Amino acid sequence: MSDPNADKRRKQRNLAIGGLIAAFVVIVYFVTILKIGGQIAERPF
Amino acid sequence: MATGTGRGRTAAFSDAGPGEYFSLLKPRVMSLVVFTALVGMVAAVAGGGEVHPMLAAISLLAIAIGAGASGALNMWWDADIDALMARTVLRPIPRGLVDRSSAGAFGLVLSVLSVTLLWLASNVLAAALLAFTIFFYVVIYSMWLKRATPQNIVIGGAAGAFPPVVAWASVTGTAPVEAWTLFAIIFLWTPPHFWALALYREGDYARAGVPMMPNVRGEAETRRQIFLYAIIMAVAGVAPFAMGFAGPFYGAVSLGMGAAFAWLAWKVRADEQGAKRSAQRLFGFSILYLFTLFAAILAEDLVALYV
Repeated sequence: MSDPNADKRRKQRNLAIGGLIAAFVVIVYFVTILKIGGQIAERPF
Repeated sequence: MATGTGRGRTAAFSDAGPGEYFSLLKPRVMSLVVFTALVGMVAAVAGGGEVHPMLAAISLLAIAIGAGASGALNMWWDADIDALMARTVLRPIPRGLVDRSSAGAFGLVLSVLSVTLLWLASNVLAAALLAFTIFFYVVIYSMWLKRATPQNIVIGGAAGAFPPVVAWASVTGTAPVEAWTLFAIIFLWTPPHFWALALYREGDYARAGVPMMPNVRGEAETRRQIFLYAIIMAVAGVAPFAMGFAGPFYGAVSLGMGAAFAWLAWKVRADEQGAKRSAQRLFGFSILYLFTLFAAILAEDLVALYV
């Protein structure tokens, strides 16, 4: 039988990991935009 | 389900919540790292470097995560001795809240993420310096020197001194002599800071078998070396002013704080009877010293940039 307290902590942990991964994705997205700059479409390949 | 074996107590990893994992990052050490790195970054900008504010903030975050990762890896490696010292017994692994292998994996993942993020947000030099800092703290200091020699924190102190250099490099892509001057101040500050702590926590380190200066070379020699380092550190503290990248305000602050540091270190050296109390006072002041010097550089540079 699972311990409800352990289940609660596991859920909190999973939410924290999910939140951090989402934050990492958003940060990398912004870094990419800032590094490339606003004129992405006009850049030569 | 009990998991994790090895040198620390075992723990059921389902016991750990996000808070326990956060405390693996040594938040207090992390805050000092963030602060010294911020000063390195602002000094680099004041010296002519250019950086997008958002990229600077992300670089600072990456440096903070790297510092936290080092802390987690240090707790993973030192779980056995942390359980023996009053100062560290309440850390998550000795308390049985996080198992060792989870802490190790957590530290490793964060190390890779922080270096990658810094590389993306700034440049390869800053990322390489951050990777080297983590390697130095975990492998050179924690795994090798800490249990091998009373010079452990003298050499290991370099790990704590790198953040302003990493931050400077993240702005300019270079690590100039000014950045290494900030490195030198923290590097020379570390021995008197930790030996003062070791003097009044001597039993702790001896019980854990960590060869700190007081329990290997004796209290008298430690007190002598604290004073010597304090003098050299106080001189290095004035260097940013002497070299011209800090102004007269910093010069006055560093001179006054350096003199006070040297005087308190002299009290530790001279006061054989009350050495523990003097050491405690010096330890407290040492934190204020470092904070004040870096805050003075920050204040001067911000005024120069925005006023």
